[in-house]
Amino acid sequence: MIENRPLMTLIAHLSLVLGVGIVAFPIWITFVASTHDALRMTQVPLPLWPGDQFFVNLHAALFKGVHAAGGIPVGLMMLNSLIMAMMIAVGKIAISLLSAFAIVYFRFPFRMGFFWMIFITLMLPVEVRIMPTFAVVANLNMLNSYWGMTVPLIASATATFMFRQVFLTIPDEMLEAARVDGAGPMRFFWDILMPLSRTNIAALFVILFIYGWNQYLWPLLITTDAGYYTVVMGIKQMLESAELSPEWHLIMMTSLLAMLPPIIVVLSMQKMFVKGLTETEK
Amino acid sequence: MLKRVHFGPSLLPFLLVAPQIIITLVFFMWPAGQALYQSFLIEDAFGLSTEFVWFDNFKDLWNDSYYLGAFKRTAFFSFTVAALAMSTALLLAAMVDRIIKGVFTYRTLLIWPYAVAPVVAGALWVFMFDPTLGIFAYALHTVGYDWNHKLNGNQAMTLVILAATWKQVAYNFLFFVAAIQSIPKSLIEAAAIDGAGPVKRFFSIIFPLITPTMFFLLVVNIVYAFFDTFGIIHAITQGGPYKATEILVYKVWYDGAVGLDLGGSAAQSVILMAIVIVMTVVQFRYIERKVEY
Amino acid sequence: MKLSTYALSAVAAAALTGLSTTATAQTEIQWWHAMGGANGERVDKIAADFNATQSDYKVVPAYKGNYTETMTAAVAAFRANEQPHIVQVFEVGTATMMAAKGAVYPITELMADANKDFDQSVYLPAVVSYYQTSDGDLLSMPFNSSTPVLWYNKDAFEKAGIGAPPKTWDELNAAAQKLLDSGMTCGYSFGWQSWVMIENYGAWHNLPMGTEENGFAGLDTEFTFNNEAVVNRLQSIADSQASGLFKYGGRRGDSLSLFTSGECGMWMNSSAYYGSIKDQAKFTFGQTMLPLDTDVADAAQNSIIGGATLWVLRGHDQGDYAGVADFMNYLSTPEVQAWWHQETGYVPITTAASTLSAEQGFYDANPGTDTAIKELSLNAPTPNSRGLRFGNFVQVRDIINEEMEALWAGKATAQQAMDTAVERGNALLRKFESANN
Repeated sequence: MIENRPLMTLIAHLSLVLGVGIVAFPIWITFVASTHDALRMTQVPLPLWPGDQFFVNLHAALFKGVHAAGGIPVGLMMLNSLIMAMMIAVGKIAISLLSAFAIVYFRFPFRMGFFWMIFITLMLPVEVRIMPTFAVVANLNMLNSYWGMTVPLIASATATFMFRQVFLTIPDEMLEAARVDGAGPMRFFWDILMPLSRTNIAALFVILFIYGWNQYLWPLLITTDAGYYTVVMGIKQMLESAELSPEWHLIMMTSLLAMLPPIIVVLSMQKMFVKGLTETEK
Repeated sequence: MLKRVHFGPSLLPFLLVAPQIIITLVFFMWPAGQALYQSFLIEDAFGLSTEFVWFDNFKDLWNDSYYLGAFKRTAFFSFTVAALAMSTALLLAAMVDRIIKGVFTYRTLLIWPYAVAPVVAGALWVFMFDPTLGIFAYALHTVGYDWNHKLNGNQAMTLVILAATWKQVAYNFLFFVAAIQSIPKSLIEAAAIDGAGPVKRFFSIIFPLITPTMFFLLVVNIVYAFFDTFGIIHAITQGGPYKATEILVYKVWYDGAVGLDLGGSAAQSVILMAIVIVMTVVQFRYIERKVEY
Repeated sequence: MKLSTYALSAVAAAALTGLSTTATAQTEIQWWHAMGGANGERVDKIAADFNATQSDYKVVPAYKGNYTETMTAAVAAFRANEQPHIVQVFEVGTATMMAAKGAVYPITELMADANKDFDQSVYLPAVVSYYQTSDGDLLSMPFNSSTPVLWYNKDAFEKAGIGAPPKTWDELNAAAQKLLDSGMTCGYSFGWQSWVMIENYGAWHNLPMGTEENGFAGLDTEFTFNNEAVVNRLQSIADSQASGLFKYGGRRGDSLSLFTSGECGMWMNSSAYYGSIKDQAKFTFGQTMLPLDTDVADAAQNSIIGGATLWVLRGHDQGDYAGVADFMNYLSTPEVQAWWHQETGYVPITTAASTLSAEQGFYDANPGTDTAIKELSLNAPTPNSRGLRFGNFVQVRDIINEEMEALWAGKATAQQAMDTAVERGNALLRKFESANN
């Protein structure tokens, strides 16, 4: 640090602790709610301190499921979410790497046309075009399948754009050197580009895994087979169902479970995620 | 755009872009085209009777004071979320910059809400603020403030803003930390030698140097508030009470999926697409310029 | 190259696999429903029991979210030619479903085509009248029907010294005042406010909600619920918020926790909350008939039902529909109906099921559980109390919700709120009329 001012440092720590407290408070409440029984969750004021029902609720949620979500075990829904998140993350990264490679390293007709076509899809979320997209997926016979849940969400302008930026910063000498060695395009792609983009791939994986895991409306619309329900869908359905009141203790337990995998992904890949994310955009 | 050194023309680049293009065409362009066509139709829910009405759906929207209300509301909501998320994140980032020990720990504890699904975030916040059961509603009640976001539109708006901001602080925080850390230490030291205190240094040196990051984040946050907050609103208020939290993306979905007014909903989709395209171009221009310097 | 060919073949494979339901000897009958929770398990049981009675058909229930989500899913599926055989649609979707003549298969016609015995007279008139054509043909099969009742906290009533549960609005207000005097912070609340306070308030006092026999007689119907009776009652409720007599607790059943937590002593909402209240309330509770507004009528007419019915969608093999017909008949048997009624608190759809429940001693063992049936069959339904058939009514309900919220929040008077609601509602009726002509 530039100068030593203990007071300022103290203030800094205090604000950060406060910030962490505010950010973390909801999860504490979630945890507390997941450790009490149904009756306690209807009596005001609600507890601020954990009860003793954690494992009872955990068992109920994981294996029996929550009534309001059709009684499907949360364990199964978590597995579906995991499959969906992985397929979306891997699929998006794969097709985006390839198309960014083509756009940056090849001269070919319609190159800019393709680029803009991908780019325009950037931010229009599926909520806005959900009915026609549903019709397309139904026409392709992809309802009630992992493919239907993932492929329509795989086209990604963000990822393509990010890899394009990464490739643009790679010195031209790399390609010249590779050419001297007689490497073809795909060899160059595998041996040079892929290793150089590792951090960015990791960062994108985190973002896209979360994106896939957190999908809600799309899987809700295209699955009718309970075997494909995802955990985020389940939570929304638990919040509201005909003539029943929310079972908060189980909803909060399920929320806790639903938050866990994406948080683990973020925190375990934190360093690469932060580096890959912030360095390309700058 | 293109590398000075590049591969010559061949079939390969077409094969490389093919998966992306096919998916874009089938799952984006085709539905978008359908939405465009649909926006010129009045149709019953099941698609059994259809009438081509040209721009009637758009005219209806233009004359619909609730639609214009949703526009203004969306603007307010987006800018408030962006401003709150960015200022909180900037404050925390500036604080992190001042400390030496524990940076990693603080960062770890601050970034995880980024991973929480909007719907789940909604569930958490609606639970904490439930007028009868919620812990915060209870606390507010004991100090004499009546919290009922199911009736009070301003409270409902406050609640969705808080939930949306809470989720977004982490993302902004990461970018601000990186931006501040990339400022050459020599600049700051020079200012310190000139006698500028930490606050003055922040506003005279750090702040101007991170404006590009701020601009970038502003666009990202507004896009986030425009679209990604659907799950939050759907879980917390469902647009109510009295439309107090009905933003554009929620209205499109509601009119189409609940109201089954496919023509009107499609017309709104088309307008949203136009907004997105404008935002995309703006952001693209900006990023493009940055890359080139 | 590997990756791109993989991605390509993935797309191709996706197009091929997808929805390849394996062909079995049994014909599958898809049934989409909105019954979450314990009721969802009961739906599964009904399907499983039916499947066990025969081997030609297999009814496959699928939970599709709340009522709105289920209906949207079915509509979207129909447009994509992927519709289920049977879909559960709530009562306000009736006009939308009915107008889709090419999409729905009326029950009477289905039974005739399949040559199945079908006697419509066994059904309770108040239940089926909502879903009949003007010729008396049954359009959809009532499944879960309920009606609003007045729930009250017996312990709180005792503490406040209230003898009998209130029968009129004056008595209700007096009781609420006594509850406040005894230390409670809220007298009463209600949920599903359009259904309870506009739709049923009208039927209960024999007032029309709209022209053309509440929409039964034609698509050119217009709303008239901004009448003096409704406006006066709502204004008086809104005014009583200040003293705490009434407290608004949100849409649908959100206000349930106000009642079960002991904050409000009375709650008007569906009789089907019986199970939830029993699970959550720490006090003894009772149910009684809706209060009568003595300024408006001398005696109550009858209440109208809410809940949902099962619609059959066209577009499958004709052979499948014989199975659908069998299933509908199975659903209507007294045993199934009595079980469903006693387990859930929904009203039985046939007279036989009601009689069977009485014979089994259910009403003696659970006093008050027959309140809903009594309300529904209080008098023969009039054009004002037969039911409602308004297009786009799902949205109209939300409009009424919004305008009533404006009233509770003090942003509008009852007159203003109802006038606006009628005006906005009529615009949607016209839109529906033009889309279905």
